[in-house]
Amino acid sequence: MDNLSELLHGFSIAVTVPHLVLMAVGVLLGILVGVLPGLGAPNGVSLLLPLTFGMQPVSAIILLSSMYWGALFGGSVTSILFNIPGEPSSVATTFDGYPMARDGRPTTALATAFGSAAFGALVGVILITFLASWVAQVALAFGPPEYFAVYFLAFASFVGMGGAAPIKTVVALAIGFAIAAIGIDTVSGSVRLTMGIDELVKGVNFVVAVMGLFGIGELLVAVEEEFHARAVSSRIDWAEVFRAVVRLPRHGVALLRSAAIGCWMGITPGGPTAASFMSYGIARRFSRRGRYFGTGEVEGIISPETADHAAGTSALLPMLSLGIPGSATAAVMMGGLMIWGLNPGPMLFVDQKDFVWGLIASMYVGNIVAVALVLLTVPVFAALMRIPFVVIAPLIVIICVVGAYSVSNSYLDVVMMLGFGIVGYLFKKLFYPLAPLVLAIVIGDKAEDAFRQSMLMSKGSLGIFFANKLVTCLVIAGIALLLLPLVLQLARPFRKSTSPTAEAPAQEKVII
Amino acid sequence: MRGTSLFLLSVSVAVLAANAPACAAWQPQKPIEFVATAGPGGGTDNLARAVQNVIAKHKLTDQPIVVVNKGGGSGAEGYVYGKASAGDPYKVIFGTSNAWQQPLVSKVAFNYTDLTPIAAMAQDEFLLWVKQDAPYKTAGDYLKAAASGQFKMGGAQSKDTDEVLTRMIEKVGHVKLTYIPFKSGAEAAVQLAGGHIDSHVNNPSESLGQWRGGTQRPLCVFSPKRLPEGPKITATEGWSDVPTCVEQGLDIKQYEQPRTVWLPGKVTPEQAAYYVDLMKKVQATPEWKDYIEKTSQVDTFLTGAEFDKFIKQDLEHVKQVASEQGWLVK
Repeated sequence: MDNLSELLHGFSIAVTVPHLVLMAVGVLLGILVGVLPGLGAPNGVSLLLPLTFGMQPVSAIILLSSMYWGALFGGSVTSILFNIPGEPSSVATTFDGYPMARDGRPTTALATAFGSAAFGALVGVILITFLASWVAQVALAFGPPEYFAVYFLAFASFVGMGGAAPIKTVVALAIGFAIAAIGIDTVSGSVRLTMGIDELVKGVNFVVAVMGLFGIGELLVAVEEEFHARAVSSRIDWAEVFRAVVRLPRHGVALLRSAAIGCWMGITPGGPTAASFMSYGIARRFSRRGRYFGTGEVEGIISPETADHAAGTSALLPMLSLGIPGSATAAVMMGGLMIWGLNPGPMLFVDQKDFVWGLIASMYVGNIVAVALVLLTVPVFAALMRIPFVVIAPLIVIICVVGAYSVSNSYLDVVMMLGFGIVGYLFKKLFYPLAPLVLAIVIGDKAEDAFRQSMLMSKGSLGIFFANKLVTCLVIAGIALLLLPLVLQLARPFRKSTSPTAEAPAQEKVII
Repeated sequence: MRGTSLFLLSVSVAVLAANAPACAAWQPQKPIEFVATAGPGGGTDNLARAVQNVIAKHKLTDQPIVVVNKGGGSGAEGYVYGKASAGDPYKVIFGTSNAWQQPLVSKVAFNYTDLTPIAAMAQDEFLLWVKQDAPYKTAGDYLKAAASGQFKMGGAQSKDTDEVLTRMIEKVGHVKLTYIPFKSGAEAAVQLAGGHIDSHVNNPSESLGQWRGGTQRPLCVFSPKRLPEGPKITATEGWSDVPTCVEQGLDIKQYEQPRTVWLPGKVTPEQAAYYVDLMKKVQATPEWKDYIEKTSQVDTFLTGAEFDKFIKQDLEHVKQVASEQGWLVK
């Protein structure tokens, strides 16, 4: 119960007028950078960083972390309304969020996303509060083979549970891996697949890829289909915000499961992106309405959002206690810690109690402030959907171009983004799934590094993936998830009750 | 009448403007871009932002400064950008010894000769780190234990400073180490804390928290003399208590990583001189001293011929290691 009294002390630091004002300012700025294209949390936080040099460390971290919460919420807005994910971790939110918004229910989609995100974050903070020391130990147990096993699990949960034809999923994954391999290779230090373009040495940025694949790709499809070309009638309805939030507990199982996946991936540290994809994949398999996923299912929004925020929040713990940043934003904050004269590491919890517990308390308060502010803005954002397509379409193009350019002020990125738009369009027309492609682009090179580091360690023996209990469990779970669809298919002839034809039409729709 | 006075005024302004460069040398006329060849939060990024902060605080220039991160391809992205901006004195590139080491070992589309060297502003030291509960107390013990050939050394990136140093240790200590490249020194430190590797050669700031937290400890520092005295890190020890590697029988006298500042190629000597002067002014501030101390770096300032000599020496050295390892690109 030591932690509890420390936490109360933390609240006495966090709940003061100046700090509450800082939280509100941080959250509002965060929502702004989250909604604006190409900015995102890491950039926003690094822009604010110099302003914090003169502040007390605890005030500085409260400002920056509030901005982080705000940006995480803001990032979901564009994913849902325009199919443009601002952060890797909000890609999975587009799968059901965007169809639901197009279906005339943007208010419901946004409110559901924010509500479940807040739940995920809350579970994450509670975990940090009570299990700080234990959690730090878990993260230490992760070497390269364990990392690889976690990534493998993320891939497997998605591949095994995807709705598209397995072979198409594999093709999409392979293309994603090839794109992830562009640039300098960590393990050999050599330059790969730059095709004679010097600038490609930096690799393909995720934002550039998803803005094209989702934003422009969707636009091209929409231009072709008359259905999309009409404006969505969305009423400004405050009651619906309330109803959507109140309905959340009905999906208690999905909420808890996703929060658990999120926390696990945040600590281990697979990160929020892997967490949201995995949670979505598993929800689709285990939900009773799994076959409707991809058409605007409530649980299809709840699952990735809850996991994303649970992972994002619990990822701050390894940063504080071990000095491993779980995300790009955490890395920027860690830079800030050093400049403020604090050293992330196990001793932070002993030396800087005020700072650590002030921050943890501010995570509770900051998230409540953030969710209150974003819920208030839902109807305003939802009203954006009423703008007619002829106006919104050029706007989306502008958002994508500006977003891609501002990643690193590079014209090449804009060209690549447009190229990805065509790829996205072709994928949709040919019923190839985009999700595995994006997943491979985002965590493909990490998985590759971890695999090759493991091979260096074991001098080429695959036995390293079965060397201890932890890694063996992870690998076996991964293989099981991978083979699950195959086993079910083989088992089907013996179970007369399930008719394969009934699922066929649903599968068509499910492709994302 | 009015027209004439306006004319006269504009003539005098024009004359003044024409004279200005002669007496006040070159001055920036538009916003300056600081290019950090590392992602947000890395050592190079911290340096760029610290310099930006000092300049803003002391108003060392009237122009605003923006920091952009171009850390793709282990920093190559930033250097390639610098090369492409030839003649543009409004782009200042912050890097490390990467600028001349990377082109040796991988096919990147730049070389340090494409850039105008401004200065080396701080040196990061390297230390040999082991897990806290490892049985060996000195570098000599470590080498004896490593003779088994089973030791795993972690480090940041491949064929970069950390691996070069690892290969030097192998050669001097007559041992064979398995080098495992990670994305950053911070990652290697966590892997050591978890016991997945046996040692790494991190800079002080990369492992400071870990040392204080009792997960790992330094055996020796690759420096000709012990580090300057400072506040204690653990209950009993500070940086000055770490013996040099030479003292402990690991005969590598000096290995340091400079933090370097560059302009793109083809800028005028006046423009380069302006930035050399600017960096000198930055270095004289108390905020800079504070930054150096907090990041446990060594304050240096190499510019002009001295900097050039340093690069040449380091290059020779790395070239030798790289050719022995067969890393040189053809």
